[in-house]
Amino acid sequence: MPATFTRHQVETEKRDTGYGGKPPVDRRPTGGGGGDDNWDSRSSRHGGPRELLIRYRLAVLSGLAGDFVFFAVLVSAFFVRPTAGHIDAGANFVSDWHPIAIPPILWINTAILLLSSLTIEVARRQLFHEIDVMEEWLGLGRPAVKRAAPWLLATILLGGLFLAGQWIAWQQLSAQGLYFATNPNSHFFYLVTGAHAFHLLLGLLALVFAMAAIFRLKKVEMRQIALDCTAWFWHAMTLFWIFLFILLVCYQ
Amino acid sequence: MNAEPAHSAAPSHGFLRRRVFTTEHRALAVLYLLIGLAAVIVGTLLSLVIRIHRVWPTVPFPLYGILRPEDYLAVVTMHGTLMVFFVLTVVPQSAFPNLVLAEQIGTRRMAFPRLNATAFWITLASFLALLAAFFVPQGAPISGWTSYPPFSAIAATGPGQGAGMDCWLASIALFCIAAVASSANFLATIVARRGPGMTFGRLPLTVWSWLTSSALTVIAFSALFGAALMLFADRHFGTSFFIPAGEVINGIARSGGASGSPMLWLHLFWFFGHPEVYISILPGMGLASALLANFTRRPVLGYRFMVIATLMIGFLGLGVWGHHMFVSGMNPYAGTAFGLTTIAIAVPSSAEVLTWLAMLFRGRLRLSTPMLFTLGFISFFISGGLTGPILAQPALDAYLHNTFFVVAHFHLVMAMAGVFSLFAGIYYWYPLLTGRLMNEMLGKAHFWISLIGAYGTFFPMHLAGLAGEPRHYAQLAGPVESFPSLIPVERGITFAALTLAAAQLIFLFNVFRSARHGDRAGENPWRATTHEWSPDLHPITRGEPYVYGPYPGGTKDFLPQWELAAPATSAQPYPSGAKPE
Repeated sequence: MPATFTRHQVETEKRDTGYGGKPPVDRRPTGGGGGDDNWDSRSSRHGGPRELLIRYRLAVLSGLAGDFVFFAVLVSAFFVRPTAGHIDAGANFVSDWHPIAIPPILWINTAILLLSSLTIEVARRQLFHEIDVMEEWLGLGRPAVKRAAPWLLATILLGGLFLAGQWIAWQQLSAQGLYFATNPNSHFFYLVTGAHAFHLLLGLLALVFAMAAIFRLKKVEMRQIALDCTAWFWHAMTLFWIFLFILLVCYQ
Repeated sequence: MNAEPAHSAAPSHGFLRRRVFTTEHRALAVLYLLIGLAAVIVGTLLSLVIRIHRVWPTVPFPLYGILRPEDYLAVVTMHGTLMVFFVLTVVPQSAFPNLVLAEQIGTRRMAFPRLNATAFWITLASFLALLAAFFVPQGAPISGWTSYPPFSAIAATGPGQGAGMDCWLASIALFCIAAVASSANFLATIVARRGPGMTFGRLPLTVWSWLTSSALTVIAFSALFGAALMLFADRHFGTSFFIPAGEVINGIARSGGASGSPMLWLHLFWFFGHPEVYISILPGMGLASALLANFTRRPVLGYRFMVIATLMIGFLGLGVWGHHMFVSGMNPYAGTAFGLTTIAIAVPSSAEVLTWLAMLFRGRLRLSTPMLFTLGFISFFISGGLTGPILAQPALDAYLHNTFFVVAHFHLVMAMAGVFSLFAGIYYWYPLLTGRLMNEMLGKAHFWISLIGAYGTFFPMHLAGLAGEPRHYAQLAGPVESFPSLIPVERGITFAALTLAAAQLIFLFNVFRSARHGDRAGENPWRATTHEWSPDLHPITRGEPYVYGPYPGGTKDFLPQWELAAPATSAQPYPSGAKPE
């Protein structure tokens, strides 16, 4: 098999030169992809500077898929629980599902969360703005980071505001005498808002981490990854919240 | 063979840094295997306690004394939990992928090594939390590995339902987190870290299995986590998601109490529980295809077809959970629907089995130990699987559900098929870890005694179940006339179970002896085609997996994925080395 072997080594060399030297932008500055249409050397690795980003996105996506199922399970309780009841001594079917009035502040919270999703998206896009990325990659300055930082800060503030708003909503409910254990509907309300708030708390930590990351990390693509993954997580939480909020408002 | 992956710690580091506190996946695989070994030893001893108690209920156990009925339930619960989570999930879905997944797709590194290592440590914490249940006041939980409420939701329902049940819940919640984290890593690795040339159409079938089972893990264990959270709230925060109204516990009516739905737990638990079956068996199915190809020296028949069957099993597996609940008071129409989906999943499963049988038919069988265990796996998969469509009929299940017939079914199709594929994998991949082969003679003795012991243990349970022997009873006593006639069957089962357990001592001896004294394996002892046997650290994938037997221009009877077929065929008209412009 020596003949085979020669070809093998040629390809090994070509493969090793493919990564590390390209700026993390979508468009290859050299124009085409080098015209390499050899099927044998096609791979998921060394697919260019986007490869690492795709890998991180996949992991975040897998986690979010699990999260989606987790929330779906909690919501299933919301659909099943109202149908459960018992037969009392007089042979009447008794349902203990009592609708609760949603605190109006939740509307404001929802608006705040939507706004925060918007601000983080603006921040995320700054880090993918091609001219700025090229400038950062060449080491000429940090224009993308400088533009993203205020938006990121705004997201952190809005996220904190949302959590504070949720806290107020819980306070208002408990002022009405509705606690976690009070009735089936309040179980559900506290459970989903609590689980969601816990996720947002993690999201806030991730945001703070991303804020530090875009200033401290040396590689442009790692800065992109830190903010990008946080942003996708945050968007997913906004989406989940809209879903939960519609349930809470419309399906009491 | 023993080449360290490029990123692993330098050899100057101590043993702990290299083998324990490491992010290197092969070291993690060994650690996972050790968890599996510890769990299977404890789980097997518990199963022997069950068997001995059923035959000699009045004989005291050394250091413990006579088993009380509640102790029996605790033993059953811990046996099930240990075996399902820490053996049949940890080994095929955590240890094996860490052992070979990265290598099989032509890379030497996971996508997220640190996440992977974190998942291991959480799994270990989960294992310790479960074992702690034995030592807390009142001991281990008694509500079975399925933990149906209200039994599991109220501490007053029995011994072990207090602190023991909390240990169980903590363990399961931790396990869910670890399983999802490690599966996210596997998914990202399979999709985004395949080596050059490793297209999806060239993935080994084991990798397709892990792709499917990892996706199932993400979905199923997230659902279980949500359910466990609600159960925890029911236990400690006074909610009533699962606790029905008017519960009477030990003769005392529970005051207050909203009317929750225990059925909800059943749905959520089995939405996890059934995919879990496929999480533990799909890697074994992929491995069976690979090993059959190797040891019959024939290609896998219908590679594409097998991939589709694997994905279909995974997909359909998400929609059959209700067949565990036919007798739970579920709407009978739902039962019919779940019966139909269950019959439907038999189609891709049977397709895989028929493919295996077709590969055996006129294949050149080499009956070495991994092959024998693969054949054992297929045997159990068929004999256990055939009772599946029977139990999928709601009407038949109504009679059989709480009998030993079901015990026989799932122990054959999940437990025995599962562990036989684990043995096949361990015998097959052992050289990757030690550079040596396991002893064939001992391996064959292990196989035959295990096979006879396993059938002797679980096959008669069908008959006992048909005769009406109930599950979950500590003792056969009472006015039922058929029970005395079952005692000889019970005794036979117990002897067979003791034989089965004793055979595993041969395996343990073999594992530890062969590590030092086994025959040297060489580079590719099984003359296999997939990349875990590749001498190259960063192999380029040149062709499909499982090219065995004659192939165009071939000089050997197999073509590894890292080699090109000889160029002198019509497929490559130009001289090798020169590229057409």
